[in-house]
Order: sequence, then structure tokens, then C-alpha cells
Amino acid sequence: MENLVKKYAKKLVDAGLGAPFGPGSPLVGGLDRDLVWNTTAPEIPVLEKMFLHLNINSLVFLRPGFPYDLIIGFLAGRALKGGGSVVPRDCETRTFLHDLPVVDRFELQAVVQALKQRKTVIVQGNEPNTKFLGPAVIAPGTVSPEQGFVHISSVCFACFVAFFSDYLAGLKSGRHDPEMDRVFDRVLPFLQNQLPASFDDLMHGPFSREQEVYAAMVQAGRKIVDLGLVDSYFGNLSCCRHNTLYISQTGASLDELAGCIDPVPLDGSSTAGITASSELTAHLETVARTGCQVILHGHPKFCVIASMDCDPVRKAACAFADRCHTHCPLPRHIGSVPIVPGEVGTGPFGLCNTLPRAFAASDSVIVHGHGLFVTGKTDFIRAFSTLAAVESSCKNRYLEQVRHLRSA
Amino acid sequence: MYGWTGKIARIDLTRQKIDVQPLSPDTCARYLGGRGMGGLFLRPAAALDWDHPDVPVCLFTGPLTATAAPTSGRSHMVSLSPLTGLMADASVGGKIGVQLKRAGWDGIVITGQSNTPVGIEIRDNHITLVPAANLWGMTTDAVHQHLNPKKAGLACIGPAGENRVRFAAVITDRYHAAGRTGLGLCLGVKKLKYILVSGAGRTRVKDPEQLKTARQDICRLTAASPALMGRYGFSRMGTGAMYDLMDNRHMMPTDNFTATWSGAAPNLNAAAYARAYSPKNHGCRGCHILCKKIGTRPAAGTAVPEFETMSHFTALVGLQDIHLVTAANQRCNSLGMDTISAAVTLACHREITRTDFTPASLLALLDDIAMDRGQGKALKKGAAAYAGAMGRPDAAMAVKGLELPAYDPRGAYGMALGFALSTRGGCHLRAYPISHEILRKPVATDRFSFSGKARIIKIAEDLNAVVDSLTACKFTFFAAGLEEYARAFSAVTGQDVTVQDLLTAGERIYYNERIINSCRGFDARHDDLPERFFTRPGTDSPQFPVPPLDRAAFLQAKAAYYAVRGLTQNGLPTRKKAQQLGVPWKTW
Repeated sequence: MENLVKKYAKKLVDAGLGAPFGPGSPLVGGLDRDLVWNTTAPEIPVLEKMFLHLNINSLVFLRPGFPYDLIIGFLAGRALKGGGSVVPRDCETRTFLHDLPVVDRFELQAVVQALKQRKTVIVQGNEPNTKFLGPAVIAPGTVSPEQGFVHISSVCFACFVAFFSDYLAGLKSGRHDPEMDRVFDRVLPFLQNQLPASFDDLMHGPFSREQEVYAAMVQAGRKIVDLGLVDSYFGNLSCCRHNTLYISQTGASLDELAGCIDPVPLDGSSTAGITASSELTAHLETVARTGCQVILHGHPKFCVIASMDCDPVRKAACAFADRCHTHCPLPRHIGSVPIVPGEVGTGPFGLCNTLPRAFAASDSVIVHGHGLFVTGKTDFIRAFSTLAAVESSCKNRYLEQVRHLRSA
Repeated sequence: MYGWTGKIARIDLTRQKIDVQPLSPDTCARYLGGRGMGGLFLRPAAALDWDHPDVPVCLFTGPLTATAAPTSGRSHMVSLSPLTGLMADASVGGKIGVQLKRAGWDGIVITGQSNTPVGIEIRDNHITLVPAANLWGMTTDAVHQHLNPKKAGLACIGPAGENRVRFAAVITDRYHAAGRTGLGLCLGVKKLKYILVSGAGRTRVKDPEQLKTARQDICRLTAASPALMGRYGFSRMGTGAMYDLMDNRHMMPTDNFTATWSGAAPNLNAAAYARAYSPKNHGCRGCHILCKKIGTRPAAGTAVPEFETMSHFTALVGLQDIHLVTAANQRCNSLGMDTISAAVTLACHREITRTDFTPASLLALLDDIAMDRGQGKALKKGAAAYAGAMGRPDAAMAVKGLELPAYDPRGAYGMALGFALSTRGGCHLRAYPISHEILRKPVATDRFSFSGKARIIKIAEDLNAVVDSLTACKFTFFAAGLEEYARAFSAVTGQDVTVQDLLTAGERIYYNERIINSCRGFDARHDDLPERFFTRPGTDSPQFPVPPLDRAAFLQAKAAYYAVRGLTQNGLPTRKKAQQLGVPWKTW
């Protein structure tokens, strides 16, 4: 357990969500017979009591770093004035977290009550009479601290997407929100980072040996995490060689893919792919339709935000306005990149029904509220270039729209 | 009440008397239904011999049964086990749970023993005992054909339950088995051949709209689950989808657990069955996963074996013939026997006698067991009793008398702990660590480590006690969680419960089982694994070794579990913990 609490504290820091030292440093506790923490902190006595009230084996506490602190703090403040929870509309939150409850103070009973019902809680904090510095996100686990890591990471992603989506939608609707303007302006420097244009450092295909496939996938997985194009263990990738599709396993951290890749025979002669990514079917169909050998799926934030950007007048009149993610009836594009509806997996509204078809006309497809899929002919180099270009384009387009709307 | 009907039927077969007993809202809230309620009603009989007339056979539905909550059409059967001496229980699939609930009953508690074979027929409020001498001796298929239940739910036993096979099963609705722990014999000793139930009522739901939302959340999660709805998941390929995985992970019990890999998977996996039988989907009432597969050729209506049966009737017994597996599965179901216990007992026999099976000799032995003849007379007592009688107790791959399922514990240490500590013996379903150790849900854990596993197992046991009591299917919990089911529960019952409230109920249900077993003389000595797992390695893979389990690490994890569960270091429950959970303490 000691290894695990240290590992996931470090991963939060590496992901840029927490700080290595100080109040922003993640606190990760793990309990088997005895409770161990990755560090010491004044919050720990209260956190330890949570183990007495919740049937859990781990707990993660994080004061998110910039810009998530601003964004989550803003959304949490608004939630406390409204329904008491943040309700992002991105796919991952909709599917796995449902909504994000918020409490106003770091108080045992309030936090426990929220965690009895949901996987995470946001503590707004900053109450005038307390010394607690918020916002913070708390997430328990029943199996491993990895659950807390994943859920906190998801909260940061979901809130980021929710804030920028709501901000643009508000501007388009003519709603002037000075508080949102201020948050946006303060976050803006975070958006200046540019993705690289070249990925020639990645392994060149075609891959003649199986071991090369594994190595290329491990390398690509690490790259997509390093670039911040996926959060927690979102995203997946595959590579086809001869009659086998090699694909990342479900719930695999893309920066730790060694030993987490399933070889799936294309002829269906084995079911070993039962642990493969939820999107295995979409990958197989796409390979069959396009003949590509490589598929890369990330969750670049501005692709997701752009996919949820819809004209407010048209949306108000749309019969499917509350089901955009599964029923959007419009053929939508960002540039030449199609946007399709579809949920995770293989259900009746699963993206496996929409994504492969969309690849007929493009080597990149955005799934509404979810992320970007790109194909490559023989290796991941071209796929990464496409992914970076689409994300940059979505971000630039977003910023341009905001500039235009604000100046107007 | 919403969710529950608020009443059960007490059926006394000795006196041929039927009483209606109301259930208080407090009892319902504390024990939920299914396994929890069964354990509560079994408790007064905890010190009796398993075949004492006062020992009940309980069949309970749950508050979610016959509602729109996904996979909630199940029920749970509970008694004392003739095989293990522990509490006996099994989740019951098919449609009998839904019919029982629609008939207006939360459950039935059957006591006494009839002098002559009898059936119980329930149509809504009317319960009748029907002479069944004409059915005695019939296979379960024949009973099904004879009674022709149509929309009604039917549970029945075959010759194995009549002939005192200690691992006799109850077969429901033709294709579903309450297989483990010998419940078929529990019915057999009461001379109860069948239970036929039909009902026209509906479960009262407090908030249908909230239930609809909860259902959507659960279905969305299952759709996102590769193990359930993925291309190679249970919905498409049946539970046999696990076969390749267990082979790949070198966890497939081979030659009576002397090895963990047989190398024959490509010809024996779910894909091979799909090619041979072109199966169609079938499932329990109220389920959208439909994991059961029924062949359409060469003979329509043949059940495709479940994963455990596929594995144990090939690698474990040293055969490689899918048609033999299908035939053995059909034979066991028809005769009313648990396939896991049957196969492990036969594997034990093979090891001791050093006589390999042919398909014909194996099928003949299954017949002999069920019909109580020849070598079957000794084998029908199960692997532990048989091996003991043969002077080779080490050859019985069982925990507390219950034969082990098709997951070798040397390949998953949580599974090792789960096997050893389960309240019904060598069972993979009490803690179901396959979820995180193999299927990577909710996240993957290190399968070759005991680190953290004690608490993980305890929490999972509580969770699965809830699942068996709601009642729902454990498979759904590869994707959804109590978070979603708590919402469904609240919507159905109108009670505002949280995940933690339900887990507390699960802990209470589990502790009650520990108390029952302690009354029957079970303690830490019995929470153990066969010595083989500590002394012999499994079959190494080129990528990883499969060493024997480290006994010291195992014992350390077991001790941690006792501390976490609130047991003494001798594995016994304490009055203090029982009081804390509100579980009655021993009164004898």
C-alpha cells in the first residue's frame, strides 16, 4: 500500500494537477490493516476519520493547481448557489461520475455525506471564518488509490471542459458574465502552450515484428500522456499487424502500457480481447473499413469543448437538445473533421455505430463531448501530427470566437 | 411498503400447513431480501443437523425484483449445506424470482419433511401442496416437460437430489442452476420435487421516473463495459469468454490443480462453441446482458456450458472435447448436479486412481453418481469426503468441503484469500476479485500480491452480500456500482439510502453468516486452502512465473482480514461487533 500511495501522489503531480510541495501537494491514504499516507499534513486528522464512516480502502485529497483551482473554485461557487453540484456534460462524467457534488466547508459530516452518494466531492472552502484553503477535491477508493487518482483527474478535466463550454455558450447567447470573464482572463496564459508540430522521435513503421508493435504502443502511450492529451486513464490506442489488432486494455494508464496490451485476432478466434479497451469494436470496424494500421484516441480538451459548441438558437429549437451526445441530427464539422454522436462502448447509441463510418471521409473524427480519434497508415507519427493539428485548430477557433464575441 | 410485498409464506411440509407471516419494514431495511433475508430465517436452525426437519429451505426475492432495475429478476435460495456443513446458498436465475414477487411474496420458508414426494404450486395468493410421486425419479428436463410451466417459474430437482448426492443442484426454468452447496439435496431430503410459481401482480415502485434515470445510468455503464457488452464480452460470447483469458493468464486449473495451463484453449474456447453451436442469447428475466447461450444446432435448445464447466470438464479432468463438455453439462443439469463440484470430484478420482477418462467413461460416472450406483456411491459425497475415504485428503481441491471453481488461486492472490474466507466454502463469488485482478474493474490490482487485499476482500464481500440480497446479478457490478443501485433502491422503496447504508446492511448479512458457521464449529482452522497451493508452483508463462503461494504472506493477510472484519484471530465473531451491527448474538 505504501508504494501505491506514493505512486498516485506522484502521478497527480506529474499530470500537473498537484504541486510537489506545500498546500497543493496531494494527500493519498491507503488502508489495509493499518492506514498509511504519502506525507503528513494538517488535513489528515479529518481525512482519517472519513475511513471510519466510509467502507473504503483509500482516499485522495487534492487542492488542484492552476488553472484548475480557479475553474473548479468558480464552478463550485456557482453550484453552491444552485443545485449543490457541478453537472458537466462531457461523456466521461455523464457515464462514470454523473455529477460532482460540492460542499462549502472542509467538515467531516458534510464531506462524508457527499461521498456516501458519489465518487468525489469538491470542497469549496474559503469560508471567512475558517483557515481552510479551497477548493479541494476528495475521492475515495474501495480497491486502490488509483480510483481516487482517476476520479480527481476526471473532475479536473470535466470542470475545465464545462467552464469553457459554458463560457462560450454564454457569450453566444449574449449573456455577459463579468465573473466568468475574470476567470477566463486569468486562465488564458495556461492556454498559450503549443503542441509540437513534429513527432519524428516516435518509432517509424511499418512494424515487422510483434515486439516492435508493443514498443511503439508503449512509446505512443507515454507521449500522449506527456503532452496532456489524455487525463487519468482515458483514451486508447491500437496497432494492427498481420491479422491481429494490438490494443490497450480497458482502464490502462497510457503512460504505463507495458503488459497492458491485448492482442486480438481479427478473425474472432479468441476472446482474449475481453479486457481490451471499451472501444475495441470501434477500432476493429475502423481498421476493416479504412485499412489503417494505427488508431489513436485522446481527449484533447478543446476538441471536446468544440464538439459541444452549438448555435444557441438552433439548439433551443432542437428536439434532441438534451441528447446531443447520442442523437445530434446535424452533420457537423470542425474544418474537415466530422463530429459524430455516440456513447462509450457498444450500446444502441455507442460510438461504434457512428465512428467507423465517419472515417470514410477523414482520418480524424471527433466524438461529441468525448474526444478525438485519428488513424495512421503504418505508425503513430502521422496520427500524432493530425491529433496535434486538430487540437490546435479547435483551440484557436475557440479563442477566436471568444475574442470576437467579447469585442462585439 | 414499496419494493417489498411485506409478507412471506411459511410452508411446513410435515404438517402440510401454510402460514402467512408479515415482514416489518425494519426487518426489510436491515436484511434487504434474498441472501440476507434467507440468512435471517436460517439463523434459528444454525445448530441443527442439515437434514433436520426444522432446517428451512428459504427462497427469497429482493426489493428490486420484478422492477425495471437492471438484472434484478433473480432470487436467492438458502439452507444448511449437506456438502460443507456451512450455510448453503445460491443465487437463482431464470424467472422464478420475478414470478414469486408478482405472486405477492417476498419469499417462502419451507420446513418439515413430507412422507411422499410433493410439489409446491403458488399462484398469486394461493399455495397448494401437490402430490408428486409421479415425478419422482424424473430428470429436470422431464419435469419441465411434464409440468410445462410456460410463463410460470419452475424450480425442481433431478435424481441427484433424490439420491442424496451432496452436490445436488436445483434447476430453475430449465437452463439455470442454483448449483453450489448441495441445495438440491436440501429439497430432496424434504421430498420436495418442485416449486412452480406464477403471479400477476406488480412490485410497487415509489418513484418510477427516478428508477428510469437509475436504469439509464446502469445501462450506460454496462454498455461501456468490455467484459459485459463488448465484442468479446458475456453478452456476445457468454461467460465462456473467460476461457481464453484464464488460459492467457496461466490461471486455468489443470489436472486437478497440479498445473495452471493446458495449452489447448484455441480449440476449446468460446469462439469454438460459437462455431459449433451457433448459439442465441438467453437470460434471466429483467436482464439486458443475456449471458446465457442456447445452441441452435445441431440440436436446438442445447445449453452452451458456462465458463466454469468449460474449464473444469477440459483442463481439470484431462480431456479436450467441447462436445463432451456440452454433454456433461447437459447431463449434470438434467440429473440435477453442480457441474463444478462434479468435475472437481472426478478430477480428484482421476488423480487418486491414476485412471484417465474417456468421454464415455466420464459421462458414465456422472450417471453413476446421480443414480447412486457403482463408484458413484463414494463420489456422490464430494471431493473432500471421497478423498478422505480413499486416504488421500490432499487430493481434494476444496475449501471447507466446497470444490474450487475454475480460477487457480496461485494466479490471483485476492482470489486465494476469497476462497479461504468465504462463508460458503471454496467460492469465487463471495468477493469476486476476478473483477479487479483480471477484468481490471473498477481498476486493476496486482494479482500476484496480498498487499491491501484483506480490506478489498472484506468490502467486496459486503458489496456482494448486498447484490445477492437486492437481488441483482453480480456481473452487472463489473460495470455499475452500488452508487447507481442505491439510486435504484431509493427509487423503488422510497427510502433515502446511500452506498454506505447498503454496505452496512451487507456487513450485517455477512456477519450473520459468520455467526451461523461458528455455531457449526467453523473457525480459523477451516479458513485455509489445500496445501498444494503453498507447495507446488503453477505453470510458468514466458512472461511471468506462477510460484506457489507464500504461506506466511497468506496468513498475514488472513489475520488482517480478521481484524478488518471484526473477528477474533481465531476467525470467530464477537458479541461486541454483532451488537454494533445489530445482529442477534448466539443464544445457545
